[in-house]
Amino acid sequence: MSKSVKAGLLYACILILGIGAPLLFPDYTFQLALLWIMILFALTWDIAGGQMGYNSLGNILFFGAGMYICALTQVGLYYDIGAYTAASGAIKVDYTPQQYFTGLILGIALAAVGCVVLAAIFGRIVFGLRGPYFAIGTLGVALASAELIGTWGYVGAGGGISLPVYPGDPDARAMLFYGLCALAATGTFLFLRWLYGTSFGLALNAIRDDEEKAEAMGIHTTRYKTVAWAISGFFLGIVGAVFGNMTGFIEPLEVAFPTTTFGIFMVLMVLLGGKGTLWGPVIGAVLFHIVKEVTWTYLLGWQWITLGALIIVNVIFFQQGIVGWMREKWPERFGLVVDRRATISSQEES
Amino acid sequence: MLDNLSLLAQAPVLNIQLLLDGLFIGATFALAAYGLALVWGVMNVKNLCQGDMVILGGFITVTLAHNGIHPIFGLPVAIVALFVYGWIVYRLIICRVIERDLFTSLLATFGLAIVMAQSMNLIFGPEVTTADSGFETRTLFDGLVTVAEIKVVSLLLAATLATIVIVFMKRSRMGQAIRATAQDARAARVMGIDTDRVYQFTYALNAAICGAAGCLISMIWTIQPFFGITHSIRAFVIVTAAGFGNLFGVILAGFGLGFAEQYSGFVLGAQFQQATVVGLLVIVLVVRQIQQARHRRAVI
Repeated sequence: MSKSVKAGLLYACILILGIGAPLLFPDYTFQLALLWIMILFALTWDIAGGQMGYNSLGNILFFGAGMYICALTQVGLYYDIGAYTAASGAIKVDYTPQQYFTGLILGIALAAVGCVVLAAIFGRIVFGLRGPYFAIGTLGVALASAELIGTWGYVGAGGGISLPVYPGDPDARAMLFYGLCALAATGTFLFLRWLYGTSFGLALNAIRDDEEKAEAMGIHTTRYKTVAWAISGFFLGIVGAVFGNMTGFIEPLEVAFPTTTFGIFMVLMVLLGGKGTLWGPVIGAVLFHIVKEVTWTYLLGWQWITLGALIIVNVIFFQQGIVGWMREKWPERFGLVVDRRATISSQEES
Repeated sequence: MLDNLSLLAQAPVLNIQLLLDGLFIGATFALAAYGLALVWGVMNVKNLCQGDMVILGGFITVTLAHNGIHPIFGLPVAIVALFVYGWIVYRLIICRVIERDLFTSLLATFGLAIVMAQSMNLIFGPEVTTADSGFETRTLFDGLVTVAEIKVVSLLLAATLATIVIVFMKRSRMGQAIRATAQDARAARVMGIDTDRVYQFTYALNAAICGAAGCLISMIWTIQPFFGITHSIRAFVIVTAAGFGNLFGVILAGFGLGFAEQYSGFVLGAQFQQATVVGLLVIVLVVRQIQQARHRRAVI
């Protein structure tokens, strides 16, 4: 079998699994949707963190921002936002399907665009920072935005916002949001696969390897860095908007800007899978999600300690990640081996 | 917000209250930040579990206080316990990341911060606690300004500890070795200094300083297992603003942060206190970045 046929078979398998899994296990649709979100998290973090060498701790900013932009659009289309949040759930919104879907589609679109704008603005602030300052600075931006949203009464402050109720039966709702998550993650993967093959991808790698030299070669580094971050923001904004609707209720600290959960999971998943590779984040996300679900079920109370220990061990002893390790071990067979591993882990996910 | 501002203008004596509180709390911030400046400057390790070490010191004091030992006597216990703790953490984790790239130490200590915060949550429970010193509270200016005696004691203790550390760093053989290693680790090794031991001692010393700061904070303020991250960010704000070779700057920035938090808490509302810390972090980083950009241009 030639390589392209094998790759085609692999993608077909994943596609079948992606469509088949929620039909076979309807009880786990939310979990499976979360898995796609995790894959998207890892993929988007790897754009700046792996390919570009800028380790951000604050990418969760776009997730929360997208969520809030979408929620405000959905509510604001037909109601007064201030009055709605002030009543804190007392006003029951009743949308016709047409109203609902107009709001949802418009909200997701605005979330994506809004996050690109945010990335451009914050990129100006943080991309002059290098190394650890960048990591701390982005962490600061994410924490600050959570705190500010939490004190802003117009958007519901710490009390949060409930989103419009889906007009239809719950199973259709679950499938719809599962489909949106799967679509967003697949779209991100395909886009990045294309992107890393272009000269833009090469420029990102050049920045990672030596920023000064890249600049000397005529690469406009700040522009590249901002665009790369905006790409992360675009996809994270979309998935944030979808996730907000999936949970039905959003508030700043736990759902929208969970810096110490999702925000750290992103980094951990990429490190586990291997940063700076295309398949690494996907493998890392799948493995991590399984480990996380197991520890959350069987080690309740200790799950965070396990997680922290996992971070330490991973960072100290296994920083290159699974794909990175395999690349060191079998450099000549690299592409083929990665594909096999990916198939195994995506079979585990079902 | 404007009401609160005009209140400050009408009753200037309230400023004294805020400044005093800022001074007392700022002294403990400066202490923890000095520890961070030490490990950052000497070992180039960004210790993100700094705040959790502070909280651990606080919980040791609180636990002792519940068992009838006065919080002030908890201070030496916290210092010794955290020194040992820092020693162990260095052997287990830090010595493996010290030669690696910058992000590694940041992420490893972040993982440790999660482990510490969650363990303290399991052991001590999630309640907000404080160590009761049993000291009186004095009032000044017809009761408009209140000063708890323990806060004055804590300020004096912080000053004493800072002096001890400074004298130690200046006079003792180990202090000299630490400073030599900070200047040039390779040259220090050539001169026969066991840099690994120096690093180990520096990290343990930092933990001990954190423990002392935590003990003082538990006496004059409140502690809770998840307050650690805010204390870490405070230390980062102070060190980034002051630069790590600059002891005087660290003390000044510590007091500055204390004042800023008190004022924003009073003018904007208590819920903005956290936002102030992280907001200041972003501002300090942006200012630093502008300075660096200017510097880069000047060099070219």
